[in-house]
Amino acid sequence: MAARSRSISKSPKAPASPNGGARLAVTAPVKAAWQYVAAPEAHDYLKLASHYDLFIGGKWVAPKSGRYFATLNPANEEVLTKVGEASSADIDRAVQAARSAYEKYWRRCSPQDRAKYLFRIARSITERSRELAVLESMNGGKPIRESRDVDVPLAAAHFFYYAGWADKLDWAFRNAAPAPLGVAGQIIPWNFPLLMAAWKIAPALACGNTVVLKPAETTPLTALWLAEIIQQADLPPGVVNIITGGGETGASLVRHPGLDKVAFTGSTEVGKEIARECARLRRPVTLELGGKAANIIFDDAPLDQAVEGIINGIFFNQGHVCCAGSRLLVQESVHEMVIEKLYRRIQTLRVGQPLDKNTDVGAINSKAQLDKIETLAASGEEAGRKRYQTECALPARGYWFRPTFFTHVALSDRIAQEEIFGPVLSVMTFRTPDEAVEKANNTRYGLSAGVWTDKGSKNFKIASQLRAGVVWGNTFNKFDPSSAFGGYKESGFGREGGLFGLLPYVRIPWHSA
Amino acid sequence: MAQRVAVRKTPKLFIGGAFTRSESGRTFACEFDGHSVHAARATRKDARDAVRAARTAWPAWRDRSAYNRGQIVYRLAEIMESRRDQFAQALRSSIATPTQADREVSAAIDRIVWYAGWCDKIEQVLSTKNPVSTPHFNVSSPEATGVVAVVAPHAPSLLPLISTCVPIICSGNTVVVVASEKDPLSAVSLAEAIANADVPAGVVNVLTGYRAEIAPTLAAHMDVNAIDLWISDEDLDAKTAELACDNLKRVRRRPEPLTDFWYGRDAQGLDWIQSFVEIKTVWHPAGL
Repeated sequence: MAARSRSISKSPKAPASPNGGARLAVTAPVKAAWQYVAAPEAHDYLKLASHYDLFIGGKWVAPKSGRYFATLNPANEEVLTKVGEASSADIDRAVQAARSAYEKYWRRCSPQDRAKYLFRIARSITERSRELAVLESMNGGKPIRESRDVDVPLAAAHFFYYAGWADKLDWAFRNAAPAPLGVAGQIIPWNFPLLMAAWKIAPALACGNTVVLKPAETTPLTALWLAEIIQQADLPPGVVNIITGGGETGASLVRHPGLDKVAFTGSTEVGKEIARECARLRRPVTLELGGKAANIIFDDAPLDQAVEGIINGIFFNQGHVCCAGSRLLVQESVHEMVIEKLYRRIQTLRVGQPLDKNTDVGAINSKAQLDKIETLAASGEEAGRKRYQTECALPARGYWFRPTFFTHVALSDRIAQEEIFGPVLSVMTFRTPDEAVEKANNTRYGLSAGVWTDKGSKNFKIASQLRAGVVWGNTFNKFDPSSAFGGYKESGFGREGGLFGLLPYVRIPWHSA
Repeated sequence: MAQRVAVRKTPKLFIGGAFTRSESGRTFACEFDGHSVHAARATRKDARDAVRAARTAWPAWRDRSAYNRGQIVYRLAEIMESRRDQFAQALRSSIATPTQADREVSAAIDRIVWYAGWCDKIEQVLSTKNPVSTPHFNVSSPEATGVVAVVAPHAPSLLPLISTCVPIICSGNTVVVVASEKDPLSAVSLAEAIANADVPAGVVNVLTGYRAEIAPTLAAHMDVNAIDLWISDEDLDAKTAELACDNLKRVRRRPEPLTDFWYGRDAQGLDWIQSFVEIKTVWHPAGL
């Protein structure tokens, strides 16, 4: 859904080789075929206050410490507003509010009423979708085209989907008498701020839990707008509490003795720390962590479509995607042709202002993330890999990184093993299907993978051998609330979306015998 | 006539389909049928060898048809039924009265039969076809997690071993199990039945020895995907569970239940299988 078809600037020299095996050298920089007129999305109706408090017990309350921290627009480095920094005293209040809401209201609320509250939230998100999309792009740097067409509609759809489950849990878990766990502490990342809030809150509430949610340090704003939506939907106070802060706030939340459940989406490193803490506390935990997905292109694949899939796989949301197709495995016989096409294609990507409706690739989310991407890309050069990138001009202010790919990458390279979480693709080759599977699985991660081939039987076979929780055949980066998403291996455990997304939030009596 | 001198059996480890002594040569004493025997005391190296055997066996076991896995698991029940006396004798020599031993063997065999029938139904019951809003065919279905380590309860020694390991292999996982430390000989008998039941080498690997020595190695092993801990010793349980986070193993953790638990309805169920599968979602465009 990210990469809608766009015109491809095609040189008359671009050969259409019938055998797919012609040797093609990547040619000189491709000039943009035409200029785009700026098409900015208006944002003047979005009036931000000077600061925002924490949302606890249905009210906006100032952090006990009185401390607020600035949140930026990464596309121009300007301060948008300030948000409260929750300390352990605030977390205490939030968990208590969630506990009392669980005991007083939510566990006593009829399942159908829970459903109706969730439907209300879904509807309100849709009503305020433009405002949320603009805010998401301003605070996170992602193109308005993506926040408008992907993040916000999917967030609404997620609430709508799980609303329907709230009073049908006996059909999801037959003969099992599913019960809620209690109070869930949830920590979400900065790459899909509103969508991840929806992924966390909707199934938890549908199953009868109450939550304390901490959005990411750099992207707190849409979660606070969601808090307002929840407030206006008249949910009982304390069912959803949203507290802002950084890593320390998150760590305190995970450790809080009043939680019955922790759910985290973020890096594998932090995920392991949280897993250890929860192991010590004997606390149920689900983790949605990093990835280093292989996108496998066989020589019988529809190559132009595959190239669109590669672009979508790695440059969607600036590559700030845990399931990004960051390792490209190309069958040797079509390697040159794919590289040629890919190089031409990235030159047509519009990199720039997130609020411009023409923009394909927006701003890098933060200075820290930009530094990390630059370091890892530099390691690719140090290893002697060949670097290709877009030649376009970049804005003077803000955090930017050109869409980039490396060829001749070795499996052991840092850029082939470590999650870059940016618009950087590592290209490797293979000869046989077995080699493709072997290389694809040669990673500690196992979140997603892509397979491109015109042969259905090959697609099924390869998909069954890939150790990844989501496999996209002849497509990439597709998401739906009815479809389970989650990792194998060190990409975490537990699923979000679909019927399986309910499981992390219910207690089945005989599971805990 | 003089009483016949019985032939006694050396209890060994079962790794990769072979019965071996510990690489260290170490043993520990236990009682069997009124006399003392020395069971192999597996080391960390033995544990690593067992993991390697389990990993080697895994792809072929996973790729067998579910029907075939079901037949093999059922075959295990057949073999055990024909060796009831051997199992009952092993149990009697530890804790059980003859009646108790008989009851435990029956329950173990019946449990195997129950799971044998599950092998080709897991995917049907645990899969969803998802009505996504875009023109795609979309299915979420379970797959084996990979290599699963089990630290079995001390007592009883047979029924929990079956109750944990059999559902794990039904879905296509392979297993390394640390047997009861107090009564390792049921596990040795089980290994012999497995070796005769067409279960491919390495699908089930049985270690005897001290769990405090072996469990942390399995928990920290980077090529083990999941671990099933039945440890009442809180320190060992906590240490093991924390080590399992090194590569984010899937962890099931319970203190050892009382004997009655293993005969109740909670000791057998689809969730025993579901705890050690991964859900994979596959997308494909649907269109002309």
